[in-house]
This record gives sequence, C-alpha cells and structure tokens, in this order.
Amino acid sequence: MSMKFKTREVDGVTILDMSGRITLGEGSGTLRDAVRDLVSKGSKKILLNLEGVDYIDSSGLGELVAAYTAVKNSGGDLKLVNLTRKVSDLLVITKLATVFDVQEDEASAVGSFA
Amino acid sequence: MAKVATHRFTLVLDSVLPSVERVEGAAETLARQAGFADEISLQISMVCREAAVNAVLHGNRYDSQKHVTASFELTGQALIVRVGDEGEGFDAGKTPNPLAPENLLRTTGRGIFLMRALMDEVHFRQLSPGTEITLIKNRHSQESKA
Repeated sequence: MSMKFKTREVDGVTILDMSGRITLGEGSGTLRDAVRDLVSKGSKKILLNLEGVDYIDSSGLGELVAAYTAVKNSGGDLKLVNLTRKVSDLLVITKLATVFDVQEDEASAVGSFA
Repeated sequence: MAKVATHRFTLVLDSVLPSVERVEGAAETLARQAGFADEISLQISMVCREAAVNAVLHGNRYDSQKHVTASFELTGQALIVRVGDEGEGFDAGKTPNPLAPENLLRTTGRGIFLMRALMDEVHFRQLSPGTEITLIKNRHSQESKA
C-alpha cells in the first residue's frame, strides 16, 4: 500500500497521520511534498504520527531526514510519535534514533513542543 | 527445522521500479518458504529490495537496454540472493559510513549498510559490465539482527 496521510492541528502542533509504506517511488515523494507544503505555509511544530507506517526502506529513511532538515532550517521542529517496532528498530540500527526526537504518545508529544 | 527442498530460480528484469517489487516479493515468498520468522522474512525482502533499487537506479540508471538479474537459491543451509546490474560498477569499500556523525543527516547512503546489518554475509563482485551483490541469510540464524 502506498503512503497516505491526513493533516490535523492540536494545540498549535501540525500532526501528519501517516499510513502505508515510505519507500522509493511509493511514499517518499509524498512525504517530501507534504512537509515542504507545511513549511511553506509557516508550520513550525510538526509531528509525524507513524502509527500506520508498517514499512520503510533506506529511501524512506532519507526522506524522514530531508523532512527533519527542511523543518529545522525553517526554524521549526519536527518530532516522531507512535513508531512501530520495525520502524523503531531501523532508526536504532541507523543511529537516526539519536537525531530524531521520538515521543511515546501523542499527548506528551504535543506537550513537548516549546 | 522442517526439511525444505532446494529451490533455485532466476528473474531477468527491466530497469524499472516495478522490478524492485518483483525482487522484494520473490525474496519474501522464498524466505517464508524457508521457514524464517515473519520479522526476518521482512528484513530479507527489504535488503533484497535495497539491492534491486541500487541495480535499477545507480547501476543501470533506468536504461531500457540494460537488465537486472536476480537469482534466488534456497539450500539446506542458507537463502542466497544475487542481484546483478549492467552498469559501470562501483567500489563498495568507498561508500561513506552512514553512522559517522558527519553523515547522519545525509538523505542517501544507507542501503548497503542495511544489507550488512541485517544479513549474515554480503559480497560484491565486479562484472563486465556491472556489479553483482550476493546476500546470504543462514537458515540457523533465526534471531532478528535489528
């Protein structure tokens, strides 16, 4: 299943509820476009809810990094929440877990944005 | 472990993204057939996908005149997948370490690392022309490496 997402706002935080696969040719471009769009509209607090993302490859990891960098460069912050074990494992073995702020649940994630 | 007959087959594929899905799907099917746990089967299919992506994009560069050859072999000891392209070849030893602090924010360069992290053996062989990646997962290594 290719990646899909819905956007919503909670207490000033823009949450992207993502589902499907973030892989080359399926979801990576979608994620890139979505985050660029949010940044261009001035969103500074972005939370990627990966609860529905069951598969990610190295291209998808690269897109997460690109999204993170784009938001940081605009003066904002991007965090992750609700990672599946598979995605979490990938972030650990690639050391991206040391780059991303990974939150346990949505409430604490929203509250963690300054 | 139940005895599984040896299987061997080869796919010759065009240099297009759907070929990546073919390799990924075949790898997952064979991994499950070999009796690997779900999690490991998905790891195997993912790294085979990475190898196929490398072959289509970086090796053959979507050249319609070039093909990707994916060979699958299941023996009593291991699942062996070989993915070859017809590109210019590359030196795997020169790929930057994606775990180095200065590389953590790179958007590319993690595919070969994931192959090495999740498989038991990864070998590169220069063809003329092209590169062949051999991915081996031993059937006794049932624990996830992630």
